[in-house]
Amino acid sequence: MSLLNAIETEAQPQIEAAAVRKRRRHVLDLDDFSQQEILEVLESAEGMSEVLHRDIKKVPALRGRVVVTLFYEASTRTRISFEEAGKILSADVINMSASGSSTEKGESLLNTGLTIQAMGVDIIVIRHPHSGAPYLLAQHLDRVGIINAGDGIHAHPTQALLDLYTVKEKLGRLEGLKIVIVGDVLHSRVARSNIWGFVKMGAQVILCGPSTLLPLDMLRPSGNDDQDNPLASVQVETNLDRALEGADVVMALRLQAERQNGGFLPSMREYIRRWQVTEARLSRANPDALVMHPGPMNEGIEISSTLAHGGRSVIEQQVTNGVAIRMALLYHLSAGGE
Amino acid sequence: MAPDTILIKGPRIIDPGRGVDEVGDILIRDGVILASGTISPDDIPEDCRVVEAGGLVASPGFIDIHCHLREPGYEYKETIVAGTRAAARGGFTSICCMPNTDPPIDNSAMVEFIRQRARDEGIVRVFPIGCVTKGRKGKELSEMEELAVAGVVAFSDDGDPVEDPNLMRLALTYSSDLGLPVTNHCQDLSLSRNGVMAEGRVATRLGLPGIPSAVEEAMMARDIALAELTGGRIHLAHLSTAGSVPLVRQARERGIPVTAEVCPHHLTITDEWVLGGQATGTGTGESFAYDTLTKVYPPLRGQQDVNALVQGLAEGVIDCIATDHAPHELISKLVTYQDAPSGISALETALGSALQLVHGGHMSLITLVERMTVGPARVLGASFDHLSTLAPGTTADIVIFDPDLEWVVDPNEFQSMGKNTPLQGATLKGQVVATMVQGRFVYQDGAVV
Repeated sequence: MSLLNAIETEAQPQIEAAAVRKRRRHVLDLDDFSQQEILEVLESAEGMSEVLHRDIKKVPALRGRVVVTLFYEASTRTRISFEEAGKILSADVINMSASGSSTEKGESLLNTGLTIQAMGVDIIVIRHPHSGAPYLLAQHLDRVGIINAGDGIHAHPTQALLDLYTVKEKLGRLEGLKIVIVGDVLHSRVARSNIWGFVKMGAQVILCGPSTLLPLDMLRPSGNDDQDNPLASVQVETNLDRALEGADVVMALRLQAERQNGGFLPSMREYIRRWQVTEARLSRANPDALVMHPGPMNEGIEISSTLAHGGRSVIEQQVTNGVAIRMALLYHLSAGGE
Repeated sequence: MAPDTILIKGPRIIDPGRGVDEVGDILIRDGVILASGTISPDDIPEDCRVVEAGGLVASPGFIDIHCHLREPGYEYKETIVAGTRAAARGGFTSICCMPNTDPPIDNSAMVEFIRQRARDEGIVRVFPIGCVTKGRKGKELSEMEELAVAGVVAFSDDGDPVEDPNLMRLALTYSSDLGLPVTNHCQDLSLSRNGVMAEGRVATRLGLPGIPSAVEEAMMARDIALAELTGGRIHLAHLSTAGSVPLVRQARERGIPVTAEVCPHHLTITDEWVLGGQATGTGTGESFAYDTLTKVYPPLRGQQDVNALVQGLAEGVIDCIATDHAPHELISKLVTYQDAPSGISALETALGSALQLVHGGHMSLITLVERMTVGPARVLGASFDHLSTLAPGTTADIVIFDPDLEWVVDPNEFQSMGKNTPLQGATLKGQVVATMVQGRFVYQDGAVV
């Protein structure tokens, strides 16, 4: 019970601190970011981007800080992106994955978090297959900042911020843009965080895909009668051609093969016919519309190969900007508020 | 001095079975109610023990027809002794425990074990519920007559609903001469896949797999049809959806022998609590989303569901309140929402939660007390009549409570080993002052006696 008591007594000051909002301690999702704070992160990322493009990519901003990446799911770009971001800022970055760790001996997520905290780590970057896992750590760890690098189908806020950054960089603004997110929105943590991000920045978000794969409940008013839903402005259009009319951004989402077995789709063939983002379909969008994908891509399924690597694609820039955004966030949590 | 003669002096006596709601006295001797109401001073022995209860309410002890005592098999979550102490603190004098123990209660030896443990160490009455199927596996019927003779008061496979409709039909038919209800947890599991909370806006926003209302309503419609087909007595456990209420109402109107229960949490809190920051009416500050203490099965649902359930209870479509007391060791809840076990430790907060319906003007106090005494007794049958009344000559199972006393829920004060409640830190209005079983106080002045 001593462990439990420690958790309970220590959680209290943290709750009070959150209420005061002296400084952001965690990045769990974008739903608790204000427009102003998002803009601050994007501005900070511009400076970081400059560092990233220097010949010698190293600044001492986070010297003496320790960042642990704690990944319970496979990842290439997100983990490397965080590691690179931390190292450029001179933080010490330790990578830990579930396989080969004490998790295999049955250690719980919370005890792993407490162990890492006890080692004096400043920030834990966590990816976990269960929605809400980063909240568990944020609730019970009082000396560590938590960054959500993807939790279940819930949120991937750093991906959404890098997407916002990329669009703003290319099109000069976010407000008033028409953003079409196409595919398996229901199971996409990237889409969920992007919905929050783009809506907060004043863009018009349209979700497109099979009705079985759209998070329609999220857009409805709650059971509490006329209570306002902050996502009420989000539109749904299952017909991709209509959705793309006048679009400024088209974001295709990864379609996982198991969705067909799960009964969400009759076949890949029908999905491709109705929802693959192709050059022909893109002709309905604005001439300078951007093509985005959070990766990893299934070329030829949710997006045609020519489009993925064509002139309108900013998919590689997304990856590059991801490093700048993660540098900005690490700085934001570690030192930015001082 | 005759220690076994007790006078409960001056409470507001609420005895729903007799339609009594009046200030008076209750005289008890040798575990039996001698008189209640206006008692002539001549009839009160001079040497009796007097318990001042002016300003308080006295009613028949509450009956909980759905709780989990975890013993045997899960004594680290709850024991029969701790569970009965929690019941006493909650004002319950009779509780019915579900058979999802390990091993499950599917034979007479198990029934006898529970009853023996309760007699030896328990402080309120414990009535086991027996399995519908052997091992709760949903394949073959349990020896239902043997269980009935051994003393079970109902049949249920608890959290594992009887999925096979033919087996459910046979269970209702086979048990029809035993006079005991079959309780089903109405959940069509094939519809809910891996759901962990109510399907809807909150679940979708949090990225948690949802459980649609149709999960409950589809199986409830099936069970009602089977009750009509067989004439067997079906009891519908813990209704949670608005759509379930008209199903029960229609079944009643057609004369089908159906009864139903609802839990305090489904009457008072919603799935918005999973978003965090909702646990206190007193505003102690923010809390985090994904609070696993809110995870319960069936799940917390929307305000419309709450409203419909409250109305169904007020109108009597739903017979009674049952706690579904489901204690867990706290460490098991310190995991992700998906990994956390379902359940709320509810015996000690049930009255305070349920009284919100009275304080909110949704039903009278006598109606609420009816739903916690006569209502559950009606579900279980005539043998419980003497445990749900204050009529002279009946068993002195009595609760005394203050309906207006405000208190802050502190799970560390629970008698239950299960400290798992989303109400931790919340202020409830209404608390038990004393609980009497067979003329003996088992809980009084904030302590188990």
